[in-house]
Amino acid sequence: METYSLLREFADSWMLLALFTFFMGVVVFVMRPGSTKTYSNVADIPFRHEDKPAAKSGDAKEA
Amino acid sequence: MVNYIKLIALGLATLGALIAANYGRDLAYSVNMLIAALFAIVAFIFILRRTDEPAGSDVSGEYMDGVVRYGVIATAFWGVVGFLVGVVIAFQLAFPALNLDFMQGFTNFGRLRPLHTSAVIFAFGGNALLATSFYIVQRTSAARLWGGNLAWFVFWGYQLFILMAATGYLLGATNAKEYAEPEWHIDLWLTIVWVCYLLVFAGTIMKRKEPHIYVANWFFLAFIITVAMLHIVNNLAIPVSIFGSKSVQVFSGVQDAMVQWWYGHNAVGFFLTAGFLGMMYYFVPKQAERPVYSYKLSIIHFWALIFLYIWAGPHHLHYTALPDWASTLGMVFSIVLWMPSWGGMINGLMTLSGAWDKLRTDPVLRMMVISLGFYGMSTFEGPMMSIRAVNSLSHYTDWTIGHVHSGALGWNGMITFGALYFLMPKLWNKERLYSLSLVSWHFWLATIGIILYAASMWVTGIMEGLMWREVDANGFLVNSFADTVSAKFPMYVVRGLGGVLFLAGSLIMCYNLWMTAKRAPASEAEGSAAVPAE
Repeated sequence: METYSLLREFADSWMLLALFTFFMGVVVFVMRPGSTKTYSNVADIPFRHEDKPAAKSGDAKEA
Repeated sequence: MVNYIKLIALGLATLGALIAANYGRDLAYSVNMLIAALFAIVAFIFILRRTDEPAGSDVSGEYMDGVVRYGVIATAFWGVVGFLVGVVIAFQLAFPALNLDFMQGFTNFGRLRPLHTSAVIFAFGGNALLATSFYIVQRTSAARLWGGNLAWFVFWGYQLFILMAATGYLLGATNAKEYAEPEWHIDLWLTIVWVCYLLVFAGTIMKRKEPHIYVANWFFLAFIITVAMLHIVNNLAIPVSIFGSKSVQVFSGVQDAMVQWWYGHNAVGFFLTAGFLGMMYYFVPKQAERPVYSYKLSIIHFWALIFLYIWAGPHHLHYTALPDWASTLGMVFSIVLWMPSWGGMINGLMTLSGAWDKLRTDPVLRMMVISLGFYGMSTFEGPMMSIRAVNSLSHYTDWTIGHVHSGALGWNGMITFGALYFLMPKLWNKERLYSLSLVSWHFWLATIGIILYAASMWVTGIMEGLMWREVDANGFLVNSFADTVSAKFPMYVVRGLGGVLFLAGSLIMCYNLWMTAKRAPASEAEGSAAVPAE
């Protein structure tokens, strides 16, 4: 089989499936239980540390 | 010690560039090398003056904002340059006499057009992305930029890239690939600068103090990595001589066309969309003073956008030698892309829910909101135009140009203006902008300018498309090409006027930003949390 046909067959079968599965995995992961709380915390990141870096790691969580 | 190595490297770079300029086989190449030599000499002197001086104070407890300030200035400057050249070429199309005889070969439409597109996309947009990504990645990682002065190298290296590309275009050096016109030696330089950009950005994320990587940084990272990949593959070329700007593409025929539009459409998708969405996901919540509407949606938006955009390129090649299946694939993915685009727009707009009243009092927020409106409009129009049947009418007409400008002026321009108005008081420690009524003036001038532009291009584009396909009872074409050109004249003048309004708005912005730095009251409590936007 020539390279073109081989790659094409692979692309519109297994690769398509792999990419689609990964994407659906992302959607399921985002909707996992408990994610609402996590995401409402991280959505506030732009409102911390406006003026200077956090002094040490772990420091960033509060504030 | 490091400085000595830098000095040796810069000295050799200067020498090499001057030798190359001397041996240069064409004017563009020699001029490019002289500019490179000039940059190297100035950098040499700059570093020499700082060698063996006592080390400065410890800055690890501060953000690195100097490079962001320079980026803001460069964005405003290149914006005005790019818009001005755009206005000039718009009137050159309406009044061909403006292709001045004595400047033939330097400032005729064919030379100025790539100057305009590169100036607005890569100089204005690129500097905006550099400045905002450096600003945002520091704030959302709670860490100073990684790599010390590497960020400065990225900034000045990028300006050198812009100057070499711009002078090259005017002197006739181009590899004839749309939006990727710079020749091989400039491409190599950009690759070096871009890798350093990736290092600075990724390095800062690696040393972040926030455990989570904020969504804006995901978009920026996708933009940097994808643009690197696109740039390298699309510019694979073999130079004719190392002392000349001419090169020969590695791909040919339909493969070359497909690689070009895989690059071209993803330059739109990742440079002008993913990168600017990174700006949107930071500045809209900041200016509205509330977190993004749905963080879950923002994650799905990100993955859907990057998974889909990369396949959309073939829609630029309908009815060509490209196999039908490939152009169908491009068309289908373009239409599916409508969903993440609108998901992102809705996410941005709904961030204002409960705070819509701010639109009345805050023209900066108004600017960001209208940019999202134009984003939604042009990402609806784009998929529609990618449908083969619609494309048979719209392709090669001015409709395409109108579509590009509603996206570029409306979405990229407006979100960038909003970001500049946000950044200026923060970076220069001012309490507020110099004048909000000038922001309103800018807003209305720019908006009316875009409407004139887009509306005239719709009319002329559809008219042109219909005239091209019009046949009489015997099946003969009714109109010659020149007939369509003369029919378009009034719309070309309207388009030029729209450009003048947009340019005028940007000049008002420059004045306002300048006066903010000079005259606006200093912010009282330095280091206080979020200054209310009024």
